[in-house]
Amino acid sequence: MTALATSSSSRQPISFAFLAQVILIANSFIMLYPVVVMVLSAFKTTGEIFEHPFALPDFTQIGNFAKVLGETSMPAYFVNSIIVTGASILLIVVLGTMAGYAVARYESRTNTFILLFFLAGLMLPLKLAVIPLFILLRDLNLLDSRWSLIVTYTAIGLPSAVFIMAGFLRSLPAELEDAARIDGASEPRIMWSVMLPLARPPMAIAAIQNAVPIWNDFFFPLVFIQTDAYKTLPQGLTTFMGEYTTDWGMLFAGLTIAAAPITLLYIALSRQFIQGMTAGAVK
Amino acid sequence: MPVSSKQARTWKHRSWVAFLVVPPVVFMSLFVVYPILSAFAYAFYEWRGLARGDFVGLANFKEVLFGATMAPTVWNAFLHNVYALIALMIVQNGGGFFLAWLLYKEPFGFRFHRIAVFVPVVLSTIIVGFLWKLFLNPNFGIVNQALYSLGLDSWAKPWLGDSSTALGALILANAWHFVGFPTLVYLAGMQRIPSEIIEAARLDGTTEWQLLKNIVWPLVAPSTTILFTLLFIGAFNWFEIPYVMVGLDGSPFGSTDVLGLVFYRTAFGNQSASIQNFGLGSALATLIFLFIVVFASMLTLWLRRREIQF
Repeated sequence: MTALATSSSSRQPISFAFLAQVILIANSFIMLYPVVVMVLSAFKTTGEIFEHPFALPDFTQIGNFAKVLGETSMPAYFVNSIIVTGASILLIVVLGTMAGYAVARYESRTNTFILLFFLAGLMLPLKLAVIPLFILLRDLNLLDSRWSLIVTYTAIGLPSAVFIMAGFLRSLPAELEDAARIDGASEPRIMWSVMLPLARPPMAIAAIQNAVPIWNDFFFPLVFIQTDAYKTLPQGLTTFMGEYTTDWGMLFAGLTIAAAPITLLYIALSRQFIQGMTAGAVK
Repeated sequence: MPVSSKQARTWKHRSWVAFLVVPPVVFMSLFVVYPILSAFAYAFYEWRGLARGDFVGLANFKEVLFGATMAPTVWNAFLHNVYALIALMIVQNGGGFFLAWLLYKEPFGFRFHRIAVFVPVVLSTIIVGFLWKLFLNPNFGIVNQALYSLGLDSWAKPWLGDSSTALGALILANAWHFVGFPTLVYLAGMQRIPSEIIEAARLDGTTEWQLLKNIVWPLVAPSTTILFTLLFIGAFNWFEIPYVMVGLDGSPFGSTDVLGLVFYRTAFGNQSASIQNFGLGSALATLIFLFIVVFASMLTLWLRRREIQF
């Protein structure tokens, strides 16, 4: 590729652009085709998948979806994922905003130390502390409940949220606060009515950055949850895949249903998703 | 700062700041700091199931690194993590760099390609793992089906059942899953390069390859630092893709065994033999943790030195 590019770029720039286009189209095909095959296969019977893997299905044949939604625990897994992700994000944003606000707006030596304390938590892989976390949750009587996941995800997401919120809140001009203070507003009132309404964009970034990994996480449910009624979607999928190993139509329908919400949300909000998910790596 | 010293001293003000700070700090201390510190402590004890036994000093670490039963498994797995790291650096991060360069020129349809490359990144690793497991099925998977229909019957293989191809298949599935992440991080890095620099180089008649090697690659060094550090941490924490695609034992014949699987089997047992050993598990986790912290910091410091201010 490179040899071709060097020889042709100076004399024939069109052929370089053409080569780039071919590579990009091939790459997008490789990225999207597996997802397309997954969706198409969900409309086929297992026999059709085995015989005509690349053929278009009859899209009115929605038996697999009906079976997944009607006869399996997938809807329950789905609800659990929504509860766990929603509660974790809420806690992350609330606690992250509290600490971020204090660190950014009331400077003191203690608060600088607190910011460093959260920064240290940014890179630590909590996965490797799963044994003590397991014992702690057992002692707190939270093991095998949705709370075990909510507190774990909040702990993992909190440092980045504090970092994002503090960075943004620090950039707001002090005149805003001072004007409200002169008018006699209390500190909680200044935070709630003056500063926080301006802080919605960083809250959204903190939320998206954490929502995708939490929604998709598999490791912590695998260790903490045994009861089928509390399983989240990724963990429930492994149970489901184990039950229907030979019914490929069902398997693809289950995968499609599990992938649909986040994929559709991504397509609708791709700019925010990309910005949020690369926020930690792009300065 | 905006708060006057008189105000700051009041009890009311202090309790307000404490109200904001104490809950998040307590939460972090309880669910992050305490578990991580305990993980070190647990490694020095003997464990019987969930109960802590006697203090055994470094015995657990000795067993993990040099013991006759455990050490061969650990070193075999460690080697596979190293292979995965090197391969993913080339395929995932290197591939991401080249894709970013193609996207940087904003060719026709670049918005579409940018969204497409990131689609697998938002999917759950479990979905990606199962999807590729089905696609790589020796009889009915689309990979072999495609090879048959192209007349390349001899290329068809039981990809995940053959110990010479299984680890490579896992690495490629992982690269498919995540290549969009380095692509878009590098793209953002390239977009920050002042366009005069690239235009000046073009006017000097620099070839595409020289431009990429001598100008773009050094100037996106900050992106490289963060991407390689994240990949390093990820490669030695690798768990989900192997777990879903080849199972807890790293089959066939341990050819896909990685440290994450060894840790899980040691700490929480597997279906066939549910022996759990929190002492050995904690020792292994501590060693992985120290390895990541020491080498990731060294890698970061070394990569930072190449970064240029502009």
